[in-house]
Amino acid sequence: MAKDGGVSCLRRSEMIGIGIGELESPPLDSDQVHVLAVDDSLVDRIVIERLLRITSCKVTAVDSGWRALEFLGLDDDKAAVEFDRLKVDLIITDYCMPGMTGYELLKKIKESTSFKEVPVVIMSSENVMTRIDRCLEEGAEDFLLKPVKLADVKRLRSYLTRDVKVAAEGNKRKLTTPPPPPPLSATSSMESSDSTVESPLSMVDDEDSLTMSPESATSLVDSPMRSPGLA
Amino acid sequence: MLGLGVDRLQADINRLLASLFHQGVLDEQFLQLQQLQDETSPNFVYDVINIYFDESEKLLRNLRLLLMDREFSDYKKIGLHLNQLVGSSSSIGARRVRNVCVAFRSASELSNRPGCLRGLEVVEHEYHYLKNMMHELFQVLTCFVNILLTFTQTEGKNVS
Repeated sequence: MAKDGGVSCLRRSEMIGIGIGELESPPLDSDQVHVLAVDDSLVDRIVIERLLRITSCKVTAVDSGWRALEFLGLDDDKAAVEFDRLKVDLIITDYCMPGMTGYELLKKIKESTSFKEVPVVIMSSENVMTRIDRCLEEGAEDFLLKPVKLADVKRLRSYLTRDVKVAAEGNKRKLTTPPPPPPLSATSSMESSDSTVESPLSMVDDEDSLTMSPESATSLVDSPMRSPGLA
Repeated sequence: MLGLGVDRLQADINRLLASLFHQGVLDEQFLQLQQLQDETSPNFVYDVINIYFDESEKLLRNLRLLLMDREFSDYKKIGLHLNQLVGSSSSIGARRVRNVCVAFRSASELSNRPGCLRGLEVVEHEYHYLKNMMHELFQVLTCFVNILLTFTQTEGKNVS
């Protein structure tokens, strides 16, 4: 299997395209893990996208919570149509984003019927315990401290592919850990996995213990492609 | 003779990188970027750093415009821009730029205008230092690659 899922060399224009959410990795076999990455920073989107592709994931990167909901088909109040459900195996989102924070996006995903069982991972450059706890309580699968490293993504990857079964409702995937007999209810909880609370809290910067709440309406829109900044 | 040129360039690259790490201009996240570069994405580091430069200069321009305005009062907006800069700087391993942005952000949280102006100057200084160092690094790397290419082409001709 190709190291990055068989995708060809990424040109700079493609990087920008992926950063703006226009391009996705070319469709490959249905066994491939599909990750939705959400981050308002272009640089971070490019890095996370590359981290995921190099671990053989198909990636869709968007720049806001609203675009994520739009992508998932959750952006209006219509009852979700069950046909042609989008296959998303993991959602990874930045916490601090203008407009809708990663926490708010997490809540909306967990409130939806179609995607509440998709694992959601939160990324943040701030190591704030209350923030981490809040996210985990709301159902986040994991919390990654930025800058995200290859080892972090490999760890996520490893618990995603442990046991992937196709759910009865359609092509949405549910994750279950092996053996114990499946629960009687239709929803199998992912809390059975032991990977929930292993956040990399080793890197603590005291100067980072500031809480920001960028709820303002200023949304940082992507710039169009520019020529390199070399003089 | 060609071998010496390659060795010298190699030594220059190593010395430059070591110096940047030693000064704390770069940190281990910069090495993480190297791990993301391979034959399928051979220009990844160069490209992502150039995108970082584009984005950062846009943010620095906005910050300067905001602070130069005599009626400025939107410290929250400054904070949002700085969050972006802190985040992207740390993502590419630009440790010193990141740190001075954090200090600048603290001044903005105290609505301290002179502190913010000083903070901006420091960030601009560190940013331009980093940019110059990266240019130098890329230039040396390009020379290195060109010499290798010339060498292999020459050798190819000699063999045939």
